[in-house]
Amino acid sequence: MIATPAEAVPIQLTVNGELRSVKVLPHYILLDVLRNQLGLTGTKECCLQGECGACTVLLNGRAVDSCLVLAIEADGGEILTIEGLADHGKLDALQTMFLEKGAVQCGFCIPGMLLSAKYLLKTNPHPTREEIQDGLAGNLCRCAGYYRFIEGVLAAAEANP
Amino acid sequence: MNSFTYARPESLDEALALLAEYGPTATILAGGTDVVVRLRTGRVLPAIVIDLKRVPALRADILETDTCLRVGARTVMADLVADARVRSRFPALAEAAHEVGSVQIRNRATLAGNICNASPAADTAPALLVYGAVVNLVQASGTRSVPIDRFFLGPGRTVMERGELVESIDLPLAKEPQGAAFARATRRRGVDLATVNVACLVRASGQTLLAYGAVAPQPVLVRDDTGKLADANCREVDKIGILENLISHATPISDVRASDVYRRALLRVMSRRVLDTAVANLRSQEHAS
Repeated sequence: MIATPAEAVPIQLTVNGELRSVKVLPHYILLDVLRNQLGLTGTKECCLQGECGACTVLLNGRAVDSCLVLAIEADGGEILTIEGLADHGKLDALQTMFLEKGAVQCGFCIPGMLLSAKYLLKTNPHPTREEIQDGLAGNLCRCAGYYRFIEGVLAAAEANP
Repeated sequence: MNSFTYARPESLDEALALLAEYGPTATILAGGTDVVVRLRTGRVLPAIVIDLKRVPALRADILETDTCLRVGARTVMADLVADARVRSRFPALAEAAHEVGSVQIRNRATLAGNICNASPAADTAPALLVYGAVVNLVQASGTRSVPIDRFFLGPGRTVMERGELVESIDLPLAKEPQGAAFARATRRRGVDLATVNVACLVRASGQTLLAYGAVAPQPVLVRDDTGKLADANCREVDKIGILENLISHATPISDVRASDVYRRALLRVMSRRVLDTAVANLRSQEHAS
């Protein structure tokens, strides 16, 4: 398959369980397509170089920085964004515990933080404090609310079998 | 971001033909964690980006042969770190790969991409050097294998020719007990580039290999065959002398991460630490067997 810079090509993405078709140019990044073409502005744009994690989504089940993925690369892929984390209005345990522990300050890093935490608990249902630090190391919080993120993830993990 | 043509070949032949056709105007895309940043900043301005993610011949897994573990070109860092065979037989590499970027980066970045970038600070390079990794390259006219200690030429430069791709990276299985260790210094914990990184491997025979990065234009591999570094009865002053000689190939620069003087001081301390850890790991291997 070859896509030229002049013509937008259709790609298919399953976003939060829903099949979406969009037309993209080769240089569009996944982050922009999610925000600007699909209207999913919960995924945040920040550093645009894979340092801060604000744009974290799950792509085919794995946490990735959506600023480092070309949309066209993700063609045919499954994506979970923050908008799909709650299940039909029922908050995910991580969202509940972030609220309960007062983990959210300005909120800008929270969508990415929650998706990194979601991926961590998926791959490691009962992480230690150190493993949580490692799992969230790719997500920066300028309010420096790290302590309560860890508390929130620990509390959410308690509900895991 | 500047626009470009995007190609997603579905076979190795197709990928190599595109590479041959577009030559220097092509950029290879594997994980994209470095390439996409460079596309955005304009540091690379390709006419075409060739995405290798759907080329089946460039495998995304790790095969075991009689003589090695073969890491496919599309194998990502996260899978390398999680692989039980890599963790047990090449622990220093698993440790080094775990230090690359963040979870999000390791889920995309490939080992092959890490060495093709040829950053002097690449964290996997010192471990690959002490383990004697071999890079298997492929191009339209055939294949060749290059030992990793002859692969890097300088910052961003390797022996790879235009039109060549990494097909896989072999990790030769050890023929005798060995102990290895990896260490890196960074300005902050978590996601950061290495100020200095070091790997050490000690064989039961006493042969010691040391590799270090971020202190020279390319990662450096040195070895000591006297057996003294692994010898508990060797005098301390002799060990220090040998180590000083081994690290003398470092030619660090001063940059945003550290001064040249500080890098030399770090290298001295860290080399000693990885040596001691590698020797301890060798002893525990010997006790276990």
